[in-house]
Amino acid sequence: MSWTVDDLADVRAGDKGDTLILAVLPRDAAAAALLERELTAARVAAHFAPLVQGEVGRVVQPHLPGLVFTLPGVLGGGVTGSPVLDGHGKALSYHLLTLEL
Amino acid sequence: MTAAGTVRLGAGAGFAGDRIDPATDLARRGELDYLVFECLGERTVAAGQARRLADPATGYDPLLAARMRAVLGHTAARGTRIVTNSGAANPSAAADVVARVAAELDLAGLRIAAVTGDDVLAAVRAADPTVWETGLPLSAHAEQLVSANAYLGADAVVPALQQDADVVVTGRLADPSLFLAPLVHEFGWSWEAAELLGAGTAVGHLLECAGQLTGGYFADPVTKPVPDLAWLGFPYAEVSADGSAVLGKLSGTGGTLHTRTCAEQLLYEVGDPGAYVTPDVVADFGAVRFTQLGTDRVGVQGASGATRPAELKVTLGFRGGWLGEGQISYAGPRALARAQLAADVVRTRLRDLHGVPEDAVLVELIGAGAAFRGLAGPGDPVEVRLRVAARVSDRELAAVVGWEVETLYTNGPAGGGGARRSETEVLAIRSCSLPRSAVHPEVHLQEVAR
Repeated sequence: MSWTVDDLADVRAGDKGDTLILAVLPRDAAAAALLERELTAARVAAHFAPLVQGEVGRVVQPHLPGLVFTLPGVLGGGVTGSPVLDGHGKALSYHLLTLEL
Repeated sequence: MTAAGTVRLGAGAGFAGDRIDPATDLARRGELDYLVFECLGERTVAAGQARRLADPATGYDPLLAARMRAVLGHTAARGTRIVTNSGAANPSAAADVVARVAAELDLAGLRIAAVTGDDVLAAVRAADPTVWETGLPLSAHAEQLVSANAYLGADAVVPALQQDADVVVTGRLADPSLFLAPLVHEFGWSWEAAELLGAGTAVGHLLECAGQLTGGYFADPVTKPVPDLAWLGFPYAEVSADGSAVLGKLSGTGGTLHTRTCAEQLLYEVGDPGAYVTPDVVADFGAVRFTQLGTDRVGVQGASGATRPAELKVTLGFRGGWLGEGQISYAGPRALARAQLAADVVRTRLRDLHGVPEDAVLVELIGAGAAFRGLAGPGDPVEVRLRVAARVSDRELAAVVGWEVETLYTNGPAGGGGARRSETEVLAIRSCSLPRSAVHPEVHLQEVAR
C-alpha cells in the first residue's frame, strides 16, 4: 500500500524571508510514527528540487505531534522581492501533500 | 482583570487588510479586557513609509479609522483597552486619527497613546550594520533605503498601559508582544521571568493571526471541513497569572476551534519551535500541550522561554524598482499551446522592442501548474491564464509589460480574453540588527477633550 502525505497529514505554510516553512500535522498516532520515520528532510528536499537552495531542515515535535520543515531559497527572494504570484508559497505548500511515501 | 483573576484578550485583526465585522462582534459581546489588532507585515511598514514620503500625514494603516469607528463605542463602554500596531510608519498620525474618531463618537476623556521609537533610519545609517541577506555593510547597497524599523517589544507598550491609555497605537512591534504587554501589565510579570514571558508569547503567537486559529486558513472542504466559514469568528484567550490559557470564540460565529486548529497555528511561521525569538524572550513551544475543554474551547499550557536576545531585529525597506504585470486567459482546445505562444510573443517583444532584460521577465501559466513552479506537470487544462511580470527600473517601462499582454487581444494568438494590467512599486525588504541601546521607545499620550 502506498500513501501520500495527503492521506496522513495536513500542511500549514509559513514564510520567513526566502525560506518556506512547512508544518506537517499528522492526523493520528500511526500517521505520526510513519511520517516521523519516512518523511525525512532528504525526501522533502528531493520532492522540491530544484527549487530548494541550501539544506532542508526538519524539527520533530512529538507532543503535538508535528514536523517542521524549512526550505531555504524556495520563495525566489521572499514575498517582497519576487515577481512570483504566490510569493508566500501558500499554494506551493500543497505540493508536499502529493509526496508519495 | 476579571473576577476570576484571568485576563481576556481578543484578536481583532490578523493582518493589515483583515475583516472588521468579527472584531466588532468581539468588542460588542466578548467581555474583553483587551482587543488587539495586528495589522503590520514585514512589507506593510515599508509601504507605509513610502506613502509617508509622499504625504507626511499618512503612513499608517488605511483601515484604521474604519476599524476604530466600528469598535470604539463598544470598547469604551465596557472599558476594554485596545492595543494595535496599526501606526505602521506613522504612529503619531495614527493616534490623531483614533482621537478624531473618538471625538466623533463623543468619547470625551478617552486616552490614546502613540508609541514611537521603532523608526531607526538615522541609527542604522550611523551604525552601518551588516545586512543579513547579503552579508554586506548597509552602506554598500546601491538601492535607496526608505525605511528602517526596529521590532520593539512588550516593554515599549507597558508604560502606555501604566499611564491608563485606553488605546495604544504602535509602529513596528513584534506581533506576540502586542498580546504579551497587557499580560505583563496586569499580572506584574518580571522581565526576568522568561518562562512566563514565553508562555504569554505562545498565547500571543496563537492569537496574532486571528481567524487562522479558529478554522480559517485551516479549512479544506474535504480533509478539514469547517462550518459557516463566511462568518468565521475571531478568537480570544482567558489567560491566567501562571501563563496558561483557555482559547475560545464567541457562540454563534462560524469556524471551529479545536486542538488541531491550535496545533497548526502554533507551528505557523515557526522555523524552530524550541527557539521562537521575539524582542521579549526566546520562547520554547516544544512542550506545549492543547486540551479540548468543550466545544470551541481549548486549554493551552507548557510553553516556556529563555532570556531575550541582546539585539533587536530591524526591517530595512529599499526602493526596488517597479513591477509591471499583465494577465490574459485562454480556454478550450489548445489553451496551453496558445498561452505558451502568447508568452513567447510577449517575451520577444519585451526583449527586442523595449529592451527589458530577459532575466527580468517571469512567465507563469496559471491553471497549468504555475503555483508549483515546474514541480508538477501542466496536464491538459480546460483554461490557462498567462501572467507575465517583470521587475524593471521605472514605472514607464513597467507599464509596457501589461501593455504588451493587452495587445495580444488583436495581434494574437486566437481567443485571448480578460486582459488585466498593473504597475506596482517594489519595496525590497532585508534585515539587520541593532543594539538595544540604539533604540529609544517613547510614549506620547493625548486625551479626547471633554
